[in-house]
Amino acid sequence: MNTTTPSTASGTASGTPGAPRAPRSSGRPAWRSALARHGTLVALAALLLVNVLVTPNFLQLQTLFVNISQVATIAIVAIGMTLVIATGGIDLSVGAVMALAGALAPLIFGSAFGIAYPMLGLVAAFTVPLLVAMACGAFNGVMISVLRVQPIIATLILFISGRGIAQVLTNGNLQTFSNPGFSYLGTGRVFGLPFQGWLALLIAAVVFWVVNRTIHGRHLLAVGGNERAAALSGVPVRRVKIGTYMVCAFLSGIAGLIVVAINSASDAARNGSLMELDAIAAAVVGGALLQGGRAPILGALLGAVIIQLVKYTLLANGIEDEVALVAKALIIVAAVALQQGRRE
Amino acid sequence: MSGAPERAGPASEPASGFDIDLRSALRGNGQTFGVFVALVALICFGLVRYENFGGAYNIASFLNYNAMFILIAIGMCLVIITGGIDLSVGSVAAFSSVCAAYLSPYGIQVALPGGVLAGMAFGAINAFVILRLRVPPFIATLATLLGAKGGSLVISGAQTISVDWGSNFTKLGMEKAFGTVPWSILLVLLVALAAWVILERTSLGRTLLAIGGGEEASVLMGLQVERAKAFAYLFSGGCAGLAGVFLASGFGAGQPLEGVGWELSAIASVVVGGTLLTGGAGSITATVAGALLLGLVFNILNFENGRGTISLSAYWQEVIRGGFLFLVILLQMRVARRRPPGTATPRPG
Repeated sequence: MNTTTPSTASGTASGTPGAPRAPRSSGRPAWRSALARHGTLVALAALLLVNVLVTPNFLQLQTLFVNISQVATIAIVAIGMTLVIATGGIDLSVGAVMALAGALAPLIFGSAFGIAYPMLGLVAAFTVPLLVAMACGAFNGVMISVLRVQPIIATLILFISGRGIAQVLTNGNLQTFSNPGFSYLGTGRVFGLPFQGWLALLIAAVVFWVVNRTIHGRHLLAVGGNERAAALSGVPVRRVKIGTYMVCAFLSGIAGLIVVAINSASDAARNGSLMELDAIAAAVVGGALLQGGRAPILGALLGAVIIQLVKYTLLANGIEDEVALVAKALIIVAAVALQQGRRE
Repeated sequence: MSGAPERAGPASEPASGFDIDLRSALRGNGQTFGVFVALVALICFGLVRYENFGGAYNIASFLNYNAMFILIAIGMCLVIITGGIDLSVGSVAAFSSVCAAYLSPYGIQVALPGGVLAGMAFGAINAFVILRLRVPPFIATLATLLGAKGGSLVISGAQTISVDWGSNFTKLGMEKAFGTVPWSILLVLLVALAAWVILERTSLGRTLLAIGGGEEASVLMGLQVERAKAFAYLFSGGCAGLAGVFLASGFGAGQPLEGVGWELSAIASVVVGGTLLTGGAGSITATVAGALLLGLVFNILNFENGRGTISLSAYWQEVIRGGFLFLVILLQMRVARRRPPGTATPRPG
């Protein structure tokens, strides 16, 4: 053993006695690695600064409310997407599941049953869409873990037909309704802030706890880190994967209900459209590795806030929606490319 | 002195090589055979059940409409063979249809290359992001999907762009080459032939297949992996561009909002044609047959709607397309599982 051994901690331990152990230099300036590590926070700070300087009326309570009510759905779906990405998978069907759940709710409390028993109808309007959403997630999970279809392809099936089913159910019509109990999900206030913002925080806290403090979280990360090793050490890989896709679909279902509640109308063609991109972008910006093995839940929250702020910045400054699409595309590519650079 | 053993090596190799070739060829046939059988069966069914099914009008409009889907399926096939995926084809086609519509006053001789080049530009972006920035293909092409969609909405002002009816642009789908075959069909045949020749008869095609079989091994063997992959994405972009030209010419307008879900049709066609989603194997002829089969399913559903036996709204289309893809994947998984281990191990999801 001489100086040619790589200077990792274990390698230098057996080196010449008395030789000083030089700290391993990464060959990169410190500020760059710091930027790579805290890039999300830097981006957020930069966005806020730009907005304070450029966007009219940015520092107003109204702006905060608008952004919180819109960021909640992105954040909730992004948390689910982060879990799926942590297993090394991806879920393209989140937007379609949102549309499906959102289409079902008004059908239920607007039905004869829902009108005859408003309370029961309301409960059913929350539970049935979420159960259907979880069934969609189970479908994805079984396709991926039992039939071993690649996640992109497996979730592509529901990506296209899920929205189709929602449109068939509603005959492609916009369903408007007036149901204060249901709309509370999208318009209610708790301590002066939008209800769905609190809901998103609550979900994030619960998921964060599960990922970091329970055996389920360990299993999830083990499956994403090395599926074979996890299986060999007794992790129930299939159950973990199916469960993860079900959780992701469940969260998408909640987001779908929120969007419908905000608008007091359900539009199967638009509810959750392109949400898969927002969610993937938020998860990746938040630090999720596409190869799996990491589940930064707080990062997903931050990522969602950044995606929402980018949208808001462009919109508030009169830049067209179409350009915002291009900007989003650039953010996704930049985030993933940076991530790949960090790994190498 | 060691001449005999040396000769024995090469002599025995062709025998075993032939053996493997024969077996894989048979297996390949077994896998792609199904799509041709299904295609013939469905055509026979249609011919017997509907009197106008074999009519010149139905055949021409069917081929004209599906020409676009056959094109993007061919491009997608090459990409999937390398183990990649191109989700951007639909919105790239929409972008190029807008470009072609703007260029239509200069005639088909300008609008067609213009549209194809627009598509290839996006293919080049895909190749750059995937190969240089090392972004996984589905993320890169998902981003291009957004970029092309945004781009086409910006340059068209979110309006359909009417083509110049005075020029020869709209004759692409209507006028017939040598009085027999519509130009669009002829072009599709040419593209399919080119793709087939490249895949089956050139070293580039062999490289594409090798990459799908094992990328690291291909690199170690000294194959031009990057160049071949770049070609696949460029070709796919070019096919999407040409499909966009057909779209503009066939419907008389550049359509920035068209192309949603096209990637799914293309992937379904490729998969129906027996190409493994894991890469490393694939067939252009079977892909074309797969695209025709998918189109035929909708053609027959239209006839059934016309007869009044069923009445499905347009929204059913997406449900049926998804269900069809689901069925095909199930079938393919059974085929893949029956293969001996090592020939095609599906990647762990």
